[in-house]
Amino acid sequence: MTATSVDQTFVSLKGWLLSFGFISGAPEWVQAIVSSLINISALLGVFMTLFALISVLERKILGRIQNRYGPNRVGPFGLFQPVADGIKLLIKEDIVPDRADKVVHFLAPIMAAMPAILALGVIPYGRNMTAFSIDGGILFFFAVGSASELAVFMAGWGSNNKFSMLGAMRAIAQMVSYELPLIITVLPVVMIVGALSADAIVAAQAGYAQGFIPRWFVFTPWGGAAFLLFFISGLVESNRTPFDVPEGESEIVAGHMTEYSGFKYAIFFLAEYFGMFAISGLSVTLFLGGWHAPLPFLEIVPSYIWFFAKLAVLLFVFIWIRGTLPRMRVDHVMNFAWKFMMPMAFTCIVAAAAWHYQRQSVLRWVWSLGILLVVYLALSRFLRTGKNLSTRTYRFAE
Amino acid sequence: MSTAAFIFIAIFTLSGALAAACLRKLIHAAFCLVVAFLGLALFYFLLGAEFVGLVQVFVYVGAVAVLIVFTILLTRREEENTGGFNWGGAVVALAVFAGLVWTIFKTPGTAVAAPPIEALTVKRIGEALMTSYVWPLQCVGLLLTAALLGALVLVMEEKR
Repeated sequence: MTATSVDQTFVSLKGWLLSFGFISGAPEWVQAIVSSLINISALLGVFMTLFALISVLERKILGRIQNRYGPNRVGPFGLFQPVADGIKLLIKEDIVPDRADKVVHFLAPIMAAMPAILALGVIPYGRNMTAFSIDGGILFFFAVGSASELAVFMAGWGSNNKFSMLGAMRAIAQMVSYELPLIITVLPVVMIVGALSADAIVAAQAGYAQGFIPRWFVFTPWGGAAFLLFFISGLVESNRTPFDVPEGESEIVAGHMTEYSGFKYAIFFLAEYFGMFAISGLSVTLFLGGWHAPLPFLEIVPSYIWFFAKLAVLLFVFIWIRGTLPRMRVDHVMNFAWKFMMPMAFTCIVAAAAWHYQRQSVLRWVWSLGILLVVYLALSRFLRTGKNLSTRTYRFAE
Repeated sequence: MSTAAFIFIAIFTLSGALAAACLRKLIHAAFCLVVAFLGLALFYFLLGAEFVGLVQVFVYVGAVAVLIVFTILLTRREEENTGGFNWGGAVVALAVFAGLVWTIFKTPGTAVAAPPIEALTVKRIGEALMTSYVWPLQCVGLLLTAALLGALVLVMEEKR
Protein backbone atom coordinates (compact mmCIF):
# COMPACT_ATOMS: atom_id res chain seq x y z
CA MET A 1 0.00 0.00 0.00
CA THR A 2 1.38 3.37 -0.96
CA ALA A 3 1.39 6.43 1.25
CA THR A 4 -1.37 8.07 -0.79
CA SER A 5 -3.72 5.14 -0.44
CA VAL A 6 -3.18 5.05 3.33
CA ASP A 7 -3.77 8.79 3.42
CA GLN A 8 -7.04 8.39 1.53
CA THR A 9 -8.24 5.24 3.38
CA PHE A 10 -11.30 6.84 4.87
CA VAL A 11 -12.17 8.74 1.71
CA SER A 12 -12.01 5.51 -0.30
CA LEU A 13 -14.00 3.70 2.39
CA LYS A 14 -16.78 6.23 2.02
CA GLY A 15 -16.64 5.92 -1.76
CA TRP A 16 -16.90 2.14 -1.40
CA LEU A 17 -19.90 2.46 0.93
CA LEU A 18 -21.61 4.75 -1.57
CA SER A 19 -20.91 2.41 -4.50
CA PHE A 20 -23.34 -0.28 -3.30
CA GLY A 21 -26.01 -0.96 -5.87
CA PHE A 22 -29.00 0.08 -3.82
CA ILE A 23 -27.37 3.44 -3.02
CA SER A 24 -25.71 4.28 -6.33
CA GLY A 25 -28.93 3.31 -8.13
CA ALA A 26 -31.05 5.54 -5.89
CA PRO A 27 -32.05 9.10 -6.85
CA GLU A 28 -29.50 11.84 -6.31
CA TRP A 29 -31.05 13.29 -3.17
CA VAL A 30 -31.01 9.88 -1.46
CA GLN A 31 -27.31 9.61 -2.26
CA ALA A 32 -26.72 13.10 -0.86
CA ILE A 33 -28.51 12.21 2.35
CA VAL A 34 -26.64 8.89 2.72
CA SER A 35 -23.35 10.68 2.08
CA SER A 36 -24.14 13.26 4.79
CA LEU A 37 -25.22 10.53 7.20
CA ILE A 38 -21.90 8.72 6.73
CA ASN A 39 -20.04 11.98 7.43
CA ILE A 40 -22.15 12.72 10.51
CA SER A 41 -21.74 9.26 12.00
CA ALA A 42 -17.99 9.28 11.38
CA LEU A 43 -17.70 12.69 13.00
CA LEU A 44 -19.82 11.76 16.02
CA GLY A 45 -18.07 8.41 16.41
CA VAL A 46 -14.62 9.94 16.41
CA PHE A 47 -15.42 12.81 18.71
CA MET A 48 -17.50 10.81 21.18
CA THR A 49 -14.51 8.47 21.53
CA LEU A 50 -12.19 11.43 21.91
CA PHE A 51 -14.56 12.88 24.51
CA ALA A 52 -14.50 9.66 26.53
CA LEU A 53 -10.74 9.51 26.22
CA ILE A 54 -10.10 13.13 27.14
CA SER A 55 -12.38 12.96 30.20
CA VAL A 56 -10.16 10.29 31.71
CA LEU A 57 -6.89 11.72 30.36
CA GLU A 58 -7.71 15.12 31.81
CA ARG A 59 -8.13 13.62 35.26
CA LYS A 60 -4.95 11.60 34.83
CA ILE A 61 -2.94 14.64 33.75
CA LEU A 62 -4.41 16.80 36.50
CA GLY A 63 -3.47 14.02 38.91
CA ARG A 64 0.09 14.04 37.59
CA ILE A 65 0.28 17.81 37.97
CA GLN A 66 -1.06 17.63 41.52
CA ASN A 67 1.22 14.72 42.41
CA ARG A 68 -1.47 12.07 42.87
CA TYR A 69 -2.64 9.07 40.86
CA GLY A 70 -5.93 10.10 39.30
CA PRO A 71 -8.50 7.44 38.34
CA ASN A 72 -6.84 4.02 38.19
CA ARG A 73 -9.47 1.51 39.39
CA VAL A 74 -11.60 0.74 36.32
CA GLY A 75 -9.77 -1.22 33.64
CA PRO A 76 -6.07 -0.93 32.79
CA PHE A 77 -4.71 2.47 33.94
CA GLY A 78 -8.31 3.53 34.64
CA LEU A 79 -9.05 3.67 30.91
CA PHE A 80 -12.61 2.34 31.33
CA GLN A 81 -13.48 5.14 33.73
CA PRO A 82 -15.63 6.94 31.08
CA VAL A 83 -17.82 3.82 30.74
CA ALA A 84 -18.41 3.77 34.48
CA ASP A 85 -19.07 7.53 34.45
CA GLY A 86 -21.51 7.17 31.58
CA ILE A 87 -23.50 4.40 33.28
CA LYS A 88 -23.53 6.36 36.52
CA LEU A 89 -24.82 9.51 34.81
CA LEU A 90 -27.46 7.54 32.89
CA ILE A 91 -28.97 5.94 35.99
CA LYS A 92 -28.83 9.10 38.09
CA GLU A 93 -32.09 10.80 38.97
CA ASP A 94 -33.13 13.58 36.64
CA ILE A 95 -34.39 16.42 38.81
CA VAL A 96 -36.39 19.29 37.36
CA PRO A 97 -37.14 22.10 39.83
CA ASP A 98 -40.81 22.67 40.53
CA ARG A 99 -40.67 26.36 39.66
CA ALA A 100 -38.54 25.86 36.55
CA ASP A 101 -39.65 26.85 33.08
CA LYS A 102 -39.96 23.20 32.03
CA VAL A 103 -39.70 23.52 28.25
CA VAL A 104 -36.77 25.94 28.31
CA HIS A 105 -35.06 23.88 31.02
CA PHE A 106 -35.39 20.79 28.85
CA LEU A 107 -34.26 22.44 25.61
CA ALA A 108 -31.19 24.20 27.00
CA PRO A 109 -28.78 21.20 27.03
CA ILE A 110 -29.83 20.28 23.50
CA MET A 111 -29.30 23.85 22.34
CA ALA A 112 -25.88 23.83 24.00
CA ALA A 113 -24.71 20.61 22.35
CA MET A 114 -26.06 21.38 18.88
CA PRO A 115 -23.81 24.33 17.90
CA ALA A 116 -20.71 22.58 19.24
CA ILE A 117 -21.41 19.51 17.11
CA LEU A 118 -22.32 21.58 14.04
CA ALA A 119 -19.14 23.64 14.29
CA LEU A 120 -17.03 20.47 14.11
CA GLY A 121 -18.39 19.81 10.63
CA VAL A 122 -16.50 22.52 8.74
CA ILE A 123 -13.00 21.61 9.94
CA PRO A 124 -10.76 19.74 7.46
CA TYR A 125 -9.47 16.66 9.28
CA GLY A 126 -7.22 15.48 6.49
CA ARG A 127 -6.71 15.65 2.74
CA ASN A 128 -10.24 15.60 1.21
CA MET A 129 -11.68 15.00 4.66
CA THR A 130 -13.97 17.94 5.38
CA ALA A 131 -17.37 16.70 6.51
CA PHE A 132 -19.24 19.82 5.44
CA SER A 133 -17.22 21.73 2.89
CA ILE A 134 -18.80 25.11 2.09
CA ASP A 135 -17.33 28.35 0.82
CA GLY A 136 -18.17 30.28 3.95
CA GLY A 137 -16.83 27.60 6.32
CA ILE A 138 -15.20 29.93 8.83
CA LEU A 139 -18.28 32.17 8.89
CA PHE A 140 -20.44 29.07 9.44
CA PHE A 141 -18.29 28.11 12.40
CA PHE A 142 -18.87 31.43 14.14
CA ALA A 143 -22.50 31.70 13.07
CA VAL A 144 -23.46 28.44 14.77
CA GLY A 145 -21.10 29.18 17.63
CA SER A 146 -23.00 32.36 18.42
CA ALA A 147 -26.08 30.27 19.21
CA SER A 148 -24.36 28.81 22.26
CA GLU A 149 -24.85 32.07 24.18
CA LEU A 150 -28.58 31.62 23.78
CA ALA A 151 -28.28 28.08 25.16
CA VAL A 152 -26.52 29.37 28.25
CA PHE A 153 -29.22 31.95 28.74
CA MET A 154 -31.93 29.30 28.33
CA ALA A 155 -30.25 27.18 30.99
CA GLY A 156 -29.98 30.13 33.36
CA TRP A 157 -33.50 31.39 32.83
CA GLY A 158 -35.20 28.02 32.65
CA SER A 159 -33.79 26.86 35.97
CA ASN A 160 -35.41 29.77 37.83
CA ASN A 161 -32.57 29.89 40.30
CA LYS A 162 -30.54 32.94 41.20
CA PHE A 163 -27.21 31.16 40.92
CA SER A 164 -28.14 29.79 37.51
CA MET A 165 -29.15 33.25 36.33
CA LEU A 166 -26.02 34.90 37.73
CA GLY A 167 -23.84 32.24 36.15
CA ALA A 168 -25.60 32.67 32.83
CA MET A 169 -25.15 36.46 32.99
CA ARG A 170 -21.45 36.06 33.70
CA ALA A 171 -21.06 33.47 30.95
CA ILE A 172 -22.84 35.59 28.35
CA ALA A 173 -20.94 38.73 29.36
CA GLN A 174 -17.59 37.08 28.88
CA MET A 175 -18.61 35.12 25.79
CA VAL A 176 -19.89 38.26 24.04
CA SER A 177 -16.75 40.18 24.99
CA TYR A 178 -14.30 37.53 23.89
CA GLU A 179 -16.17 36.71 20.71
CA LEU A 180 -14.89 39.99 19.29
CA PRO A 181 -11.15 39.25 19.65
CA LEU A 182 -11.86 35.65 18.62
CA ILE A 183 -13.35 36.73 15.31
CA ILE A 184 -11.05 39.69 14.72
CA THR A 185 -7.95 37.49 15.08
CA VAL A 186 -9.33 35.27 12.33
CA LEU A 187 -9.52 38.25 9.97
CA PRO A 188 -5.75 38.50 9.24
CA VAL A 189 -5.78 34.88 8.02
CA VAL A 190 -8.87 35.50 5.89
CA MET A 191 -7.25 38.67 4.51
CA ILE A 192 -4.00 36.95 3.54
CA VAL A 193 -5.70 33.87 2.07
CA GLY A 194 -8.57 35.79 0.49
CA ALA A 195 -11.14 33.10 1.22
CA LEU A 196 -13.50 32.05 4.00
CA SER A 197 -13.27 28.37 3.19
CA ALA A 198 -11.35 26.21 5.66
CA ASP A 199 -9.97 24.07 2.83
CA ALA A 200 -8.51 27.12 1.07
CA ILE A 201 -6.89 28.29 4.31
CA VAL A 202 -5.23 24.91 4.83
CA ALA A 203 -4.13 24.83 1.18
CA ALA A 204 -2.53 28.27 1.58
CA GLN A 205 -0.29 26.90 4.34
CA ALA A 206 1.21 24.12 2.21
CA GLY A 207 4.89 24.01 1.33
CA TYR A 208 8.09 24.80 3.16
CA ALA A 209 10.26 27.93 3.20
CA GLN A 210 14.01 27.17 2.76
CA GLY A 211 12.96 23.57 2.25
CA PHE A 212 12.22 22.80 5.89
CA ILE A 213 10.32 25.62 7.67
CA PRO A 214 6.60 24.97 7.17
CA ARG A 215 4.62 27.92 5.83
CA TRP A 216 2.16 27.84 8.70
CA PHE A 217 0.70 31.17 9.68
CA VAL A 218 1.86 30.74 13.26
CA PHE A 219 5.43 31.27 12.00
CA THR A 220 4.71 34.82 10.85
CA PRO A 221 4.70 37.71 13.35
CA TRP A 222 1.02 38.55 12.85
CA GLY A 223 0.07 34.87 12.79
CA GLY A 224 1.93 34.12 16.00
CA ALA A 225 0.31 37.02 17.82
CA ALA A 226 -3.12 36.21 16.39
CA PHE A 227 -2.73 32.57 17.40
CA LEU A 228 -2.00 33.48 21.01
CA LEU A 229 -4.95 35.88 21.15
CA PHE A 230 -7.20 33.33 19.45
CA PHE A 231 -6.17 30.62 21.86
CA ILE A 232 -6.85 32.80 24.91
CA SER A 233 -10.25 33.79 23.52
CA GLY A 234 -10.89 30.12 22.84
CA LEU A 235 -10.17 29.33 26.49
CA VAL A 236 -12.80 31.88 27.49
CA GLU A 237 -15.37 30.73 24.92
CA SER A 238 -15.17 27.18 26.19
CA ASN A 239 -15.38 28.38 29.81
CA ARG A 240 -12.11 26.78 30.84
CA THR A 241 -9.82 27.85 33.66
CA PRO A 242 -8.53 30.48 34.27
CA PHE A 243 -11.69 31.94 32.77
CA ASP A 244 -14.29 29.66 34.34
CA VAL A 245 -15.94 32.37 36.45
CA PRO A 246 -19.41 31.43 35.06
CA GLU A 247 -19.20 28.17 36.97
CA GLY A 248 -17.05 29.32 39.85
CA GLU A 249 -18.19 26.75 42.40
CA SER A 250 -17.05 28.72 45.45
CA GLU A 251 -19.28 31.65 44.49
CA ILE A 252 -22.25 30.50 42.44
CA VAL A 253 -22.40 26.69 42.86
CA ALA A 254 -22.12 25.59 39.22
CA GLY A 255 -23.41 28.61 37.34
CA HIS A 256 -26.04 27.90 34.73
CA MET A 257 -25.69 24.15 35.33
CA THR A 258 -26.69 24.33 39.00
CA GLU A 259 -30.17 22.87 38.51
CA TYR A 260 -29.15 20.14 36.09
CA SER A 261 -28.49 16.58 37.10
CA GLY A 262 -28.02 13.20 35.52
CA PHE A 263 -27.72 13.02 31.79
CA LYS A 264 -28.69 16.62 31.13
CA TYR A 265 -25.65 17.65 33.11
CA ALA A 266 -23.59 15.18 31.09
CA ILE A 267 -24.79 16.81 27.89
CA PHE A 268 -23.61 20.21 29.13
CA PHE A 269 -20.30 18.58 29.91
CA LEU A 270 -20.21 17.10 26.41
CA ALA A 271 -21.05 20.47 24.86
CA GLU A 272 -18.18 22.10 26.74
CA TYR A 273 -15.69 19.50 25.52
CA PHE A 274 -17.01 19.53 21.97
CA GLY A 275 -16.67 23.31 22.02
CA MET A 276 -13.09 22.84 23.16
CA PHE A 277 -12.44 20.38 20.30
CA ALA A 278 -14.01 22.78 17.81
CA ILE A 279 -11.96 25.78 18.95
CA SER A 280 -8.74 23.76 19.03
CA GLY A 281 -9.53 22.24 15.64
CA LEU A 282 -10.13 25.68 14.19
CA SER A 283 -6.88 27.06 15.58
CA VAL A 284 -5.03 24.09 14.08
CA THR A 285 -6.72 24.84 10.76
CA LEU A 286 -6.13 28.58 10.84
CA PHE A 287 -2.65 28.87 12.27
CA LEU A 288 -0.96 25.48 12.62
CA GLY A 289 -1.20 24.38 9.00
CA GLY A 290 -4.20 22.09 9.35
CA TRP A 291 -3.30 18.57 8.29
CA HIS A 292 0.08 19.47 6.76
CA ALA A 293 3.16 17.70 8.07
CA PRO A 294 5.71 19.81 9.99
CA LEU A 295 8.66 18.59 7.92
CA PRO A 296 8.84 17.57 4.24
CA PHE A 297 10.07 14.00 4.79
CA LEU A 298 7.27 13.39 7.32
CA GLU A 299 4.63 13.73 4.63
CA ILE A 300 4.47 9.92 4.33
CA VAL A 301 2.51 9.90 7.57
CA PRO A 302 -1.22 10.24 6.74
CA SER A 303 -2.64 13.75 6.96
CA TYR A 304 -5.36 12.98 9.50
CA ILE A 305 -2.72 11.71 11.94
CA TRP A 306 -1.02 15.10 11.79
CA PHE A 307 -4.28 16.89 12.37
CA PHE A 308 -5.16 14.85 15.43
CA ALA A 309 -1.59 15.06 16.74
CA LYS A 310 -1.78 18.86 16.65
CA LEU A 311 -5.26 18.74 18.17
CA ALA A 312 -3.93 16.54 20.96
CA VAL A 313 -1.13 18.99 21.70
CA LEU A 314 -3.58 21.89 21.95
CA LEU A 315 -5.93 19.88 24.17
CA PHE A 316 -2.99 19.04 26.40
CA VAL A 317 -2.22 22.75 26.71
CA PHE A 318 -5.87 23.35 27.70
CA ILE A 319 -5.53 20.77 30.50
CA TRP A 320 -2.08 22.01 31.47
CA ILE A 321 -3.41 25.55 31.89
CA ARG A 322 -6.29 24.22 33.96
CA GLY A 323 -3.87 22.42 36.25
CA THR A 324 -1.58 25.42 36.65
CA LEU A 325 -3.49 28.69 36.74
CA PRO A 326 -5.97 29.87 39.36
CA ARG A 327 -9.29 31.42 38.39
CA MET A 328 -9.36 35.10 37.37
CA ARG A 329 -11.66 37.64 38.97
CA VAL A 330 -14.70 38.63 36.90
CA ASP A 331 -13.80 42.28 36.41
CA HIS A 332 -10.22 41.40 35.49
CA VAL A 333 -11.49 39.03 32.80
CA MET A 334 -13.60 41.79 31.28
CA ASN A 335 -10.89 44.45 31.55
CA PHE A 336 -8.46 42.12 29.83
CA ALA A 337 -10.90 41.59 26.98
CA TRP A 338 -11.61 45.22 26.20
CA LYS A 339 -8.36 46.92 27.11
CA PHE A 340 -5.81 44.40 25.90
CA MET A 341 -7.30 41.71 23.63
CA MET A 342 -9.30 44.08 21.44
CA PRO A 343 -6.49 46.56 20.59
CA MET A 344 -4.03 43.72 20.04
CA ALA A 345 -6.49 41.91 17.77
CA PHE A 346 -6.89 45.04 15.65
CA THR A 347 -3.11 45.45 15.56
CA CYS A 348 -2.82 41.95 14.11
CA ILE A 349 -4.90 43.10 11.15
CA VAL A 350 -2.59 46.07 10.55
CA ALA A 351 0.48 43.87 10.93
CA ALA A 352 -0.95 41.38 8.43
CA ALA A 353 -1.62 44.21 5.99
CA ALA A 354 1.99 45.40 6.33
CA TRP A 355 3.12 41.81 5.74
CA HIS A 356 0.95 41.56 2.67
CA TYR A 357 2.07 44.79 1.00
CA GLN A 358 5.77 44.61 1.89
CA ARG A 359 7.04 41.95 -0.48
CA GLN A 360 10.68 42.05 0.59
CA SER A 361 11.26 39.23 3.06
CA VAL A 362 13.37 40.98 5.72
CA LEU A 363 11.44 44.25 5.64
CA ARG A 364 8.09 42.52 6.03
CA TRP A 365 9.32 40.91 9.25
CA VAL A 366 10.62 44.25 10.49
CA TRP A 367 7.40 46.09 9.68
CA SER A 368 5.05 43.44 10.96
CA LEU A 369 6.94 42.80 14.18
CA GLY A 370 7.52 46.52 14.68
CA ILE A 371 3.83 47.37 14.54
CA LEU A 372 2.96 44.61 17.00
CA LEU A 373 5.75 45.56 19.40
CA VAL A 374 4.95 49.27 19.40
CA VAL A 375 1.29 48.65 20.24
CA TYR A 376 2.14 45.98 22.80
CA LEU A 377 4.63 48.23 24.58
CA ALA A 378 2.27 51.23 24.42
CA LEU A 379 -0.53 49.16 25.90
CA SER A 380 1.61 47.81 28.70
CA ARG A 381 2.90 51.31 29.43
CA PHE A 382 -0.40 53.20 29.39
CA LEU A 383 -2.84 50.69 30.79
CA ARG A 384 -1.37 51.27 34.28
CA THR A 385 -2.13 47.73 35.27
CA GLY A 386 -1.08 48.35 38.86
CA LYS A 387 -3.62 51.04 39.64
CA ASN A 388 -6.30 48.71 40.99
CA LEU A 389 -4.07 46.97 43.47
CA SER A 390 -5.41 49.04 46.39
CA THR A 391 -8.02 47.57 48.72
CA ARG A 392 -11.18 46.77 46.84
CA THR A 393 -14.43 48.21 48.16
CA TYR A 394 -17.60 46.17 47.91
CA ARG A 395 -21.10 47.55 47.56
CA PHE A 396 -22.94 44.80 49.42
CA ALA A 397 -20.27 43.51 51.76
CA GLU A 398 -17.86 44.79 54.34
CA MET B 1 -36.96 18.92 -3.94
CA SER B 2 -36.69 22.70 -3.89
CA THR B 3 -40.47 23.13 -3.62
CA ALA B 4 -40.69 20.59 -0.82
CA ALA B 5 -37.88 22.37 1.00
CA PHE B 6 -39.59 25.72 0.46
CA ILE B 7 -42.88 24.48 1.92
CA PHE B 8 -41.12 22.88 4.88
CA ILE B 9 -39.08 26.02 5.63
CA ALA B 10 -42.14 28.23 5.16
CA ILE B 11 -44.13 26.21 7.70
CA PHE B 12 -41.15 26.25 10.07
CA THR B 13 -40.68 30.02 9.79
CA LEU B 14 -44.35 30.91 9.96
CA SER B 15 -45.04 28.69 12.95
CA GLY B 16 -42.09 30.29 14.73
CA ALA B 17 -43.35 33.77 13.93
CA LEU B 18 -46.93 32.90 14.89
CA ALA B 19 -45.79 31.43 18.20
CA ALA B 20 -43.72 34.54 18.82
CA ALA B 21 -46.83 36.66 18.33
CA CYS B 22 -49.21 34.49 20.35
CA LEU B 23 -47.31 33.08 23.32
CA ARG B 24 -48.12 34.56 26.70
CA LYS B 25 -44.68 34.45 28.26
CA LEU B 26 -42.48 37.09 26.71
CA ILE B 27 -39.31 35.03 27.01
CA HIS B 28 -40.90 32.11 25.14
CA ALA B 29 -41.97 34.52 22.42
CA ALA B 30 -38.38 35.73 22.14
CA PHE B 31 -37.10 32.18 21.71
CA CYS B 32 -39.75 31.50 19.05
CA LEU B 33 -38.63 34.64 17.26
CA VAL B 34 -35.18 33.03 17.05
CA VAL B 35 -36.82 30.10 15.25
CA ALA B 36 -38.29 32.55 12.74
CA PHE B 37 -34.87 34.18 12.26
CA LEU B 38 -33.38 30.76 11.58
CA GLY B 39 -36.12 30.04 9.07
CA LEU B 40 -35.25 33.25 7.20
CA ALA B 41 -31.60 32.17 7.10
CA LEU B 42 -32.70 28.83 5.64
CA PHE B 43 -34.54 30.72 2.89
CA TYR B 44 -31.32 32.51 1.99
CA PHE B 45 -29.53 29.16 1.81
CA LEU B 46 -32.28 27.82 -0.42
CA LEU B 47 -31.80 30.79 -2.76
CA GLY B 48 -28.06 30.12 -2.91
CA ALA B 49 -27.13 33.25 -0.95
CA GLU B 50 -24.86 31.45 1.47
CA PHE B 51 -23.07 34.52 2.77
CA VAL B 52 -26.26 36.44 3.54
CA GLY B 53 -27.72 33.37 5.25
CA LEU B 54 -24.70 32.93 7.49
CA VAL B 55 -24.65 36.62 8.35
CA GLN B 56 -28.37 36.38 9.15
CA VAL B 57 -27.68 33.61 11.68
CA PHE B 58 -24.64 35.42 13.01
CA VAL B 59 -26.29 38.79 13.53
CA TYR B 60 -29.85 37.85 14.41
CA VAL B 61 -29.37 34.67 16.43
CA GLY B 62 -26.03 35.64 17.89
CA ALA B 63 -26.56 39.29 18.66
CA VAL B 64 -30.14 40.52 18.22
CA ALA B 65 -31.70 37.57 20.03
CA VAL B 66 -29.33 37.93 22.98
CA LEU B 67 -30.11 41.65 23.04
CA ILE B 68 -33.88 41.01 23.07
CA VAL B 69 -33.57 38.38 25.76
CA PHE B 70 -31.44 40.66 27.92
CA THR B 71 -33.86 43.52 27.45
CA ILE B 72 -36.68 41.32 28.69
CA LEU B 73 -34.58 40.13 31.59
CA LEU B 74 -33.59 43.62 32.71
CA THR B 75 -36.91 45.39 32.25
CA ARG B 76 -39.74 42.99 33.10
CA ARG B 77 -40.82 42.66 36.68
CA GLU B 78 -44.33 41.18 36.42
CA GLU B 79 -44.64 37.60 35.21
CA GLU B 80 -46.75 38.13 32.10
CA ASN B 81 -48.98 40.82 30.68
CA THR B 82 -52.74 40.90 31.07
CA GLY B 83 -54.24 38.86 28.22
CA GLY B 84 -56.86 40.30 25.91
CA PHE B 85 -56.63 40.63 22.16
CA ASN B 86 -54.33 43.39 20.99
CA TRP B 87 -56.50 45.13 18.35
CA GLY B 88 -54.02 47.91 17.64
CA GLY B 89 -51.30 45.39 16.91
CA ALA B 90 -53.57 43.42 14.61
CA VAL B 91 -54.45 46.57 12.64
CA VAL B 92 -50.78 47.53 12.25
CA ALA B 93 -49.87 43.97 11.18
CA LEU B 94 -52.67 43.91 8.62
CA ALA B 95 -51.63 47.30 7.26
CA VAL B 96 -48.01 46.16 6.88
CA PHE B 97 -49.16 42.94 5.22
CA ALA B 98 -51.42 44.84 2.82
CA GLY B 99 -48.57 47.21 1.98
CA LEU B 100 -46.25 44.29 1.24
CA VAL B 101 -48.82 42.52 -0.93
CA TRP B 102 -49.49 45.75 -2.82
CA THR B 103 -45.75 46.26 -3.42
CA ILE B 104 -45.27 42.68 -4.58
CA PHE B 105 -48.11 42.98 -7.09
CA LYS B 106 -46.90 46.39 -8.27
CA THR B 107 -43.39 45.12 -8.93
CA PRO B 108 -43.09 44.01 -12.54
CA GLY B 109 -41.15 40.90 -13.48
CA THR B 110 -40.96 38.91 -10.27
CA ALA B 111 -40.66 35.97 -12.64
CA VAL B 112 -37.43 37.12 -14.30
CA ALA B 113 -34.81 34.38 -14.33
CA ALA B 114 -32.08 35.00 -11.78
CA PRO B 115 -28.68 35.89 -13.26
CA PRO B 116 -26.08 33.14 -12.88
CA ILE B 117 -24.57 33.36 -9.41
CA GLU B 118 -20.78 33.62 -9.33
CA ALA B 119 -18.84 31.76 -6.71
CA LEU B 120 -18.71 33.64 -3.43
CA THR B 121 -15.33 35.11 -2.68
CA VAL B 122 -14.37 37.39 0.15
CA LYS B 123 -12.49 39.45 -2.40
CA ARG B 124 -15.69 40.23 -4.32
CA ILE B 125 -17.58 41.17 -1.18
CA GLY B 126 -14.68 43.33 -0.08
CA GLU B 127 -14.46 45.04 -3.45
CA ALA B 128 -18.18 45.75 -3.50
CA LEU B 129 -18.04 47.19 0.02
CA MET B 130 -15.01 49.33 -0.74
CA THR B 131 -16.17 50.71 -4.11
CA SER B 132 -19.89 50.91 -4.83
CA TYR B 133 -21.08 50.70 -1.24
CA VAL B 134 -18.38 52.68 0.48
CA TRP B 135 -20.74 55.46 1.64
CA PRO B 136 -23.30 53.17 3.28
CA LEU B 137 -20.42 51.28 4.90
CA GLN B 138 -18.94 54.49 6.31
CA CYS B 139 -22.33 55.64 7.58
CA VAL B 140 -22.91 52.32 9.34
CA GLY B 141 -19.44 52.56 10.82
CA LEU B 142 -20.16 56.07 12.12
CA LEU B 143 -23.49 54.96 13.57
CA LEU B 144 -21.93 51.99 15.35
CA THR B 145 -19.12 54.12 16.76
CA ALA B 146 -21.68 56.61 18.07
CA ALA B 147 -23.65 53.75 19.64
CA LEU B 148 -20.51 52.37 21.27
CA LEU B 149 -19.57 55.79 22.69
CA GLY B 150 -23.15 56.29 23.86
CA ALA B 151 -23.09 52.97 25.69
CA LEU B 152 -19.82 53.92 27.38
CA VAL B 153 -21.18 57.31 28.44
CA LEU B 154 -24.30 55.67 29.91
CA VAL B 155 -22.21 53.25 31.95
CA MET B 156 -19.93 56.01 33.23
CA GLU B 157 -22.90 58.11 34.35
CA GLU B 158 -24.14 55.26 36.48
CA LYS B 159 -20.83 54.84 38.23
CA ARG B 160 -20.68 58.41 39.55
